[in-house]
Amino acid sequence: MGLKLPIYLDYQATTPCDPRVVEAMLPFFTETFGNPHSRQHAFGWAAEEAVEQAREQVAAIIGAEPKEIIFTSGATESNNLALQGVARLYKAKKNHIVTVVTEHKCVLDSCRQLEEEGISVTRLGVKPSGLIDLDELAAAIGPQTVLVSVMAVNNEIGVIQPLAEIGALCRSRGVFFHTDAAQAVGKMALDVNAMNIDLMSISGHKFYGPKGIGALFLRRRPRVRLQAMMLGGGQERGHRSGTLATPLCVGLGEACRIAAVEMPAEALRLAGLRARLLDGLVGRLKHVEVNGDLDRRIPGNLNVSFGYVEGERLLAEMKDIAVAAGSACSSASTEPSYVLRALGVDAELAFASLRIGLGRTTSVAEVDYAIDHIVDAVSRLRERSPLWGMFREGIDTRVKTWAGN
Amino acid sequence: MGNGRAVYLDHNATAPVRPEVARAVVEALGVLGNPSSVHGFGRAARRLVEDSRELIAGWLGARPAGVIFTSGGSEANTLAMLGRVGRRRLVSAVEHPSLRDVGATEAVPVDGDGVLDLARLDSLLAGDRRPALVAVMLANNETGVIQPVAEAARIAHAHGALLHCDAVQAAGRMAVDLGRLGADSLSVSAHKLGGPTGIGALVLADPEEALEPLLKGGGQERRRRAGTENVCGIAGFAAAVEASCGAPGLAASLAVWRDGMEAALRAACPSLVVFGAAVERLTNTSCLAVPGLTARTAVMALDLAGVAVSAGAACSSGSVAPSHVLEAMGAGPLAQAAIRISLGWSSRKSDIDAFVDAFLALPGVAAAKREVQAWG
Repeated sequence: MGLKLPIYLDYQATTPCDPRVVEAMLPFFTETFGNPHSRQHAFGWAAEEAVEQAREQVAAIIGAEPKEIIFTSGATESNNLALQGVARLYKAKKNHIVTVVTEHKCVLDSCRQLEEEGISVTRLGVKPSGLIDLDELAAAIGPQTVLVSVMAVNNEIGVIQPLAEIGALCRSRGVFFHTDAAQAVGKMALDVNAMNIDLMSISGHKFYGPKGIGALFLRRRPRVRLQAMMLGGGQERGHRSGTLATPLCVGLGEACRIAAVEMPAEALRLAGLRARLLDGLVGRLKHVEVNGDLDRRIPGNLNVSFGYVEGERLLAEMKDIAVAAGSACSSASTEPSYVLRALGVDAELAFASLRIGLGRTTSVAEVDYAIDHIVDAVSRLRERSPLWGMFREGIDTRVKTWAGN
Repeated sequence: MGNGRAVYLDHNATAPVRPEVARAVVEALGVLGNPSSVHGFGRAARRLVEDSRELIAGWLGARPAGVIFTSGGSEANTLAMLGRVGRRRLVSAVEHPSLRDVGATEAVPVDGDGVLDLARLDSLLAGDRRPALVAVMLANNETGVIQPVAEAARIAHAHGALLHCDAVQAAGRMAVDLGRLGADSLSVSAHKLGGPTGIGALVLADPEEALEPLLKGGGQERRRRAGTENVCGIAGFAAAVEASCGAPGLAASLAVWRDGMEAALRAACPSLVVFGAAVERLTNTSCLAVPGLTARTAVMALDLAGVAVSAGAACSSGSVAPSHVLEAMGAGPLAQAAIRISLGWSSRKSDIDAFVDAFLALPGVAAAKREVQAWG
């Protein structure tokens, strides 16, 4: 076998930093170490040149102009800046935002903050697939709407929202469209012009770049303006103050370069691995439910619930594989995932769910091992479950009838 | 970078990353896992973050729970100000823009040496009974002048105000102890002391102090700063602190070089002005001017000669506005002639010598020298 345990299958929480990314970053610690904002000497210029090359690489992967890229400390900052920055700047003219209940916490919490500042927020629900209803979105946009924020790919269930349709709708209604693309960049093709995206949040560590760096795409034509959150030296065209971290910018740029080259082949490979994983699970276990649309989903994500299993025990049984039950940011809480609840998944099934993330280093052997491991654990837990016993004796303990297998 | 070994004397803008820091960062880049994840990978990343937090807290005389990691000094300062909601903001006239630009601030003046006017601080606080927040930096980024932070904190507390201290330039260059300073919070940045860029911290004296987060979202940093932790940056920060604590003689040797440099320049050019020379300064910083010299062209000429120094702070992104620090000190037109030399862990005596030679060869300085000779 020769498998190294435990196996990392949590690629939506974070990804390993690609060795090529680390390699690209190295010279910018000790050799080209200048402050990229030092305009008065060669050390500063060399650092600035590296930052600008990285900016081009980031822009290229989403079809943007380099001038439209603002480096941030990560997608959380990008999302905070996009929502709060735009809402505060345009507040006097328009004071309504539309978002979705399954967004990342930092988007939802930014909206809550804005509500305290007098901005009204509409939170759209999602269909059982996890996707929004475009008619509902169209109806939610009003004359006071300044911004629509819909994530590209959900961090828990991996479903891809209809970005192009949302973008077209927003553009036709004169409303800015922001998308949290932390889970999408490097995983699927994105084009801010074809999709009419006005603001896009990007995270480095979700696609093999370093942690501590991200970016915000901010459209220049038609121009989107925002009020800065990080104040001070006026870096990043006044949108985000603070010394840029040259090695981190370079790392993000390199991650984009690699992703742009390798994405098509990698997507195919991961789709194959995920199919193998899912087939392995449903072939050997009953009452396995996929949460969210399976087809409109990035290939590296699978989110499944297991019926007749005690949720609290499930994760504890995952000794050899590192997976998540709910998003990493809220994993310390004991509430069922709000994303799964929004799909209409009942609380028990939401608890008994696993998010399995596949990525660049995941192998067939690892997937096969994970299948065995999960099948064993679920079978073991069911043996101990009174509900499972009753079910097998023909007593229907559920009102819900199981869809699928 | 220039011809031969370029001389870098701009440590207050940023310092080269120490080799042991680079090693720690690269090692941490190999640590897979989100610190918020509960599995073993996540816990390993969490351990790295918490061990670093403990080390950094100890270095500053703070409690680990009081350390909030941020993306750097600017964010830490912004959080210190905007996180304390509903307070009147008194900010010293020489503070970093990240403190001056938060809106609705009142400036507390400094004297000609750049030292805070404590009597004015007292009267400003006495004149208004709203709860206040005072921001006084420990050491100035342009002049290195050290502020009477402990006294300012006593005054602030006597009026029921909080005191925030920007220690970004001071940390690693002089002893910084939160308890001794009496400040309610400190901001620090790793890259000024040979750590990586992109990481800093706001350090609270009272870890339980209610602070409104600037970045909302996940529950990281005890709900005070959302966002996945910059694990490699945090590990690098701790490594820089360790390395800087392991070189306690640095400040003293830099003082000898810096003072020698200033003496040599003054001897050659008596019209030389050193800002803040009469008061306590960081031993690594020298902000000086020769009347008639234009700093911007001087700095460009020095760069061509292979010596990197700066005219004012690095962050102003090409702006040509005169330094607010020197303006507050009443420097007048001399502010346009001011250049900053800042030393650090990678500096050598030969760097100083190269600067002295290049500086004295500048056309403006050479002219000043001739003038002296003609008069003498």
